[in-house]
Amino acid sequence: MSIIRFVNVNKWFKQLHVLKNVSLEIAQGEVVVVCGPSGSGKSTLIRTVNQLEPISDGEIWVIDQNVADHRTDINALRADVGFVFQHFNLYPHLSVLDNITLAPIKVRKQSREAAEQKAVQLLERVGLAHKKDAFPSQLSGGQQQRVAIARGLAMEPKIMLFDEPTSALDPEMIGEVLQVMKDLALSGITMMVVTHEMGFAREVAHRVVFLDHGEVLEQATPAEFFSAPKTDRAKQFLKQILSPMH
Amino acid sequence: MSQYQWDWLVIFENVTDTDEFYYQWLISGLGWTLLIALSAWVIALILGTIIGTARTLPNKFVAGIATAYVELFRNIPLIVQLFMWFFVLPEMVPTNIGNWMKQDMPHPGIITSIIGLGLFTAARVAEQIRTGILALPRGQKNAGLALGLTLAQTYRHVLLPMAFRVVIPPLTSEFMSIFKNSAVAYSITATELFFQMKQITGDYKPANQIEVVTIVGLIYILVAFSANRIMTFIERRVQVPGYISGGK
Ligand SMILES: Nc1ncnc2c1ncn2[C@@H]1O[C@H](COP(=O)(O)OP(=O)(O)O)[C@@H](O)[C@H]1O
Ligand SMILES: [Mg+2]
Repeated sequence: MSIIRFVNVNKWFKQLHVLKNVSLEIAQGEVVVVCGPSGSGKSTLIRTVNQLEPISDGEIWVIDQNVADHRTDINALRADVGFVFQHFNLYPHLSVLDNITLAPIKVRKQSREAAEQKAVQLLERVGLAHKKDAFPSQLSGGQQQRVAIARGLAMEPKIMLFDEPTSALDPEMIGEVLQVMKDLALSGITMMVVTHEMGFAREVAHRVVFLDHGEVLEQATPAEFFSAPKTDRAKQFLKQILSPMH
Repeated sequence: MSQYQWDWLVIFENVTDTDEFYYQWLISGLGWTLLIALSAWVIALILGTIIGTARTLPNKFVAGIATAYVELFRNIPLIVQLFMWFFVLPEMVPTNIGNWMKQDMPHPGIITSIIGLGLFTAARVAEQIRTGILALPRGQKNAGLALGLTLAQTYRHVLLPMAFRVVIPPLTSEFMSIFKNSAVAYSITATELFFQMKQITGDYKPANQIEVVTIVGLIYILVAFSANRIMTFIERRVQVPGYISGGK
């Protein structure tokens, strides 16, 4: 039973063919890492899952609903799919606590007390309970990203999407965010993660998807992918990404 | 000019043949000026926010109407707009409504000024709001939508609160302008401050025009200064801790 299913998905930006006939299935509870060179369409792909990016052609089934169908209640669907952005995108005018409780209160119609109680629990889980009254601009990048993860989890999503969650971070902060993501991966939630953190992929991913020029070129277990990539493109990519110069 | 008889106390004199004083006329005029400007400001803020927001919506039709509004109301001189509302509109609507506007409507000059100035300033506020929304990081809108908020909720809780903070400085200058612009209301018989000044310096005290005009000028400065302080106060109150405006 797949919880996300791409069926012959195509996406054009004007003349630019960004996703080419992508078919891909992600099972419930699976952790899938998507990698590929810059500009290969990774962000576009992951954003189509909750329709932040509409597709031109094909079908995407998410939790048994076709997101490309205009009759699908996309707001309800998005509430069940968390999204963590490269640049965190916390709401700057709201405290950490209010960032987390906004959607549960407005979308899930939870009471403020219930939402705040849950938010504090989540902040404890990401190690930031003491920052609940701080504002985003008072936090480091790593802290902001952990709050963003807590914000997504507050909706109790069935799927969490991550678009390069650590690539805007200073190197010394990457570890703290990856640790939160690893814990999350072990909790059994479905995760689709665009990242070049190959350590993360090796440790917790069930599968690696390699995207190049908008095409899914390879899908394999991390062990297979890293030790024996099949395509030249993937070999080249891995050489770049794993070289000490990178 | 050597013969000019300075008399700064002229405003404390009796109005010729009555038991009123000129300063009372000025105070009354100031009252109407404040009423016109503040009421028009309420209209301008509400309507301007709606129109400025509409210009940023994905719906081309709605955005187009909002753009047309801004171009129309921003590019016709305020005094021409007031004349159209006051003199032209009553002739263009059904006779009974036109007559009501001309005769029975309470304080026609004041009401028309409030609406006219409000609609004019709304176009200017709309531009500020639109600029403020567009100045926000692109990811903010997606951050609202991705959590399941509707587009309306995203605007209400995510985009507009930040956009307002960003545009407080330009809005401050619009707020100061609305008091100055309200002087145009004299042209459609609103008995506001400038109207009273014209009245006193014209028919009643032509010999002391300089003093009266100076005093009225000072009153306008005081009003604009107060408006500035109020906005600065609000700006401080809503400041986001640690947030450097213009940063991401
Ligand atoms: N909104 C857009 N309009 C036009 N082209 C875009 C847009 N977003 C992305 N692209 C283009 O689509 C291609 C894939 O982009 P993206 O999905 O961001 O790649 P990646 O995340 O793998 O770096 C790139 O060539 C990029 O320039
Ligand atoms: Mg990307």
